[in-house]
Amino acid sequence: MNHEARLAEIIAEHSSREGPLLPILHDVQHAFGCVDAEAEAQIAQALNLSRAEVHGVVSFYPDFTPAADPRAVIQLCRAEACKARGVEALIDTAEAAAGERVRLTAVYCLGLCSAGPAARIGDRLYARLDEAALVKLVQSA
Amino acid sequence: MSIVRISDDALALACGADEVAAAFAAAGCVVERTSSWGMQWLEPLVEIDGVGFGPATSDDVAAILAGASDLGIGPIADHPFIARQQRLTFARAGRSRPLSLEDYAATGGWAGLNRARSLGPAKVIAEVIQSGLRGRGGAGFPAGIKWKTVADATGDRKYIVCNADEGDSATFADRMLMEGDPFQLIEGMAIAAYAVGAQIGYIYVRSEYPHAIAKLNSALALAESLISPFKLEVRVGAGAYVCGEETSLLNSLEGKRGEVRAKPPLPAIKGLFGQPTVVNNVLTLAAVPHILTEGGASLYDSLGIARSKGTMPIQLAGNIKYGGLFETAFGVTLKQLVEEIGGGTASGRPVKAVQVGGPLGAYLAPHQFDIAFDYEAYGAADALIGHGGVCVFDDSADMGLMARFAMEFCAVESCGKCTPCRIGSTRGVELIDRIRAGGRAADAVEVLPQMHNTAKAGRSRADDIVLLEDLCETMKFGSLCALGGFTPYPVLSALKHWPEDFE
Repeated sequence: MNHEARLAEIIAEHSSREGPLLPILHDVQHAFGCVDAEAEAQIAQALNLSRAEVHGVVSFYPDFTPAADPRAVIQLCRAEACKARGVEALIDTAEAAAGERVRLTAVYCLGLCSAGPAARIGDRLYARLDEAALVKLVQSA
Repeated sequence: MSIVRISDDALALACGADEVAAAFAAAGCVVERTSSWGMQWLEPLVEIDGVGFGPATSDDVAAILAGASDLGIGPIADHPFIARQQRLTFARAGRSRPLSLEDYAATGGWAGLNRARSLGPAKVIAEVIQSGLRGRGGAGFPAGIKWKTVADATGDRKYIVCNADEGDSATFADRMLMEGDPFQLIEGMAIAAYAVGAQIGYIYVRSEYPHAIAKLNSALALAESLISPFKLEVRVGAGAYVCGEETSLLNSLEGKRGEVRAKPPLPAIKGLFGQPTVVNNVLTLAAVPHILTEGGASLYDSLGIARSKGTMPIQLAGNIKYGGLFETAFGVTLKQLVEEIGGGTASGRPVKAVQVGGPLGAYLAPHQFDIAFDYEAYGAADALIGHGGVCVFDDSADMGLMARFAMEFCAVESCGKCTPCRIGSTRGVELIDRIRAGGRAADAVEVLPQMHNTAKAGRSRADDIVLLEDLCETMKFGSLCALGGFTPYPVLSALKHWPEDFE
């Protein structure tokens, strides 16, 4: 199935819901790894919104990205509770291990606040990370 | 063979609970996945005949089964951390399987909803008002009054919205409740819907909580007929912290940018899609089924102190030895929470600061630890309870950097609608950098002869501290919502108690 048809299918799945835009964008992001300009235009037309309105929403939320990035993503919590447990001291090593191959991003809280530093890859969570465990995680991502 | 019980809470999973469960299953045991007891330093916690072992790894399985493990903590329910608590909202934590309707009904589930339906909407609201329940999201607004406003409002339809966008660091009670006892939240929302006459409800969960989303969706499928004709749906956030603010959450649900709305109109009058809407936090709604059981409202009202009634699920987090969920009546002191219950820091170093209430909460210094957990007492100390998160820092913490982070976080997460928050937060980061650098020399524009009112000699540290306090004042009173309005709390409290960290 080509992009346009798959996108139409996603839009149709949600069109009967109230406020369908976010559920659509989540599915598009999941299916294509991004919400690009073409997708924005097609969604805008289907929902009777302007492209600017859809773009405004896409660009507001960190979960939606304008271009796909094939690299593995590790979200590392950098919020207060993980800072209190020493995440900042791990950043340089983690970045060195990640290099260009893995994308290391900051997330503000995974809700594992008594067991930080914590990280997330896809829907898997990791807690009680020390330098060795984090480097191993980066290497296996 | 006895049954082995292991939590499938996200924190337990992150610490390897699935691997431990698989190892027990491979050893021929029957494994049940339950909610978490909330003793997070012991996760993955293994329970066999009521006796606990933790934190366990798959390597410990043989020793536990042979009775030769040194991880034993004795009967879990008698553990001091559990025995000291007064659990109402988290009464089922550790004791039931999250998606078992059978377990839920056997532990008093649906009793509140059934009784509510026999009382009639007006009496339900009266009981919630009588209980003294206040919004657990942070603002502490009386839940019953909000419900009454929605019930009295006119609209084509009404909504119940559950705010499950638990973005504050050091808070995880919403997550634990959604993952461990989803039916209780559903029941609470069904009661709220019945009381105010709402037809549709939404649970807005942050995307950082994939396990909670999955549990809620499964639970809703199972409970659909039990809450009918009320319709309930899970909606997933998209990574914006500010969507935990109720009006930006409503915009997000409508499919818009999560920008804050000016109030009034209150969401209770004009909320989701312009209709009267109850917006309550997970813990507020989850407290309702118990309140609606026979005698529940007066029990709730009898607990706590002053105007803070009932129990609060307090979350002990950060650099703390015994972290986890501690539900108790209001009035407990910070000293008890951090030292007696939490056991001090995990690093073993002295406690330097405690942040209560998430990224927008004040940093409290050890000399303030006698403060009682109470909305008004914290307000009087220029602090806030927020969502009940307690984040401990040891003496290695640099409070100047934490103050800078508070501003940086506000800059990253600001929705951009109002100027004090959007611009003030960035200026705040720059100011704190300058203060920590010892002030700055005059710049090229300031020294121009036509700039009559500028400081020609540059700015000293003291000048910039005055400016930072002034900026905080502007943000506090000029911002539309709590993000910009409360960011000054951590900044000013850090500056007040640890001025040496700004040098």
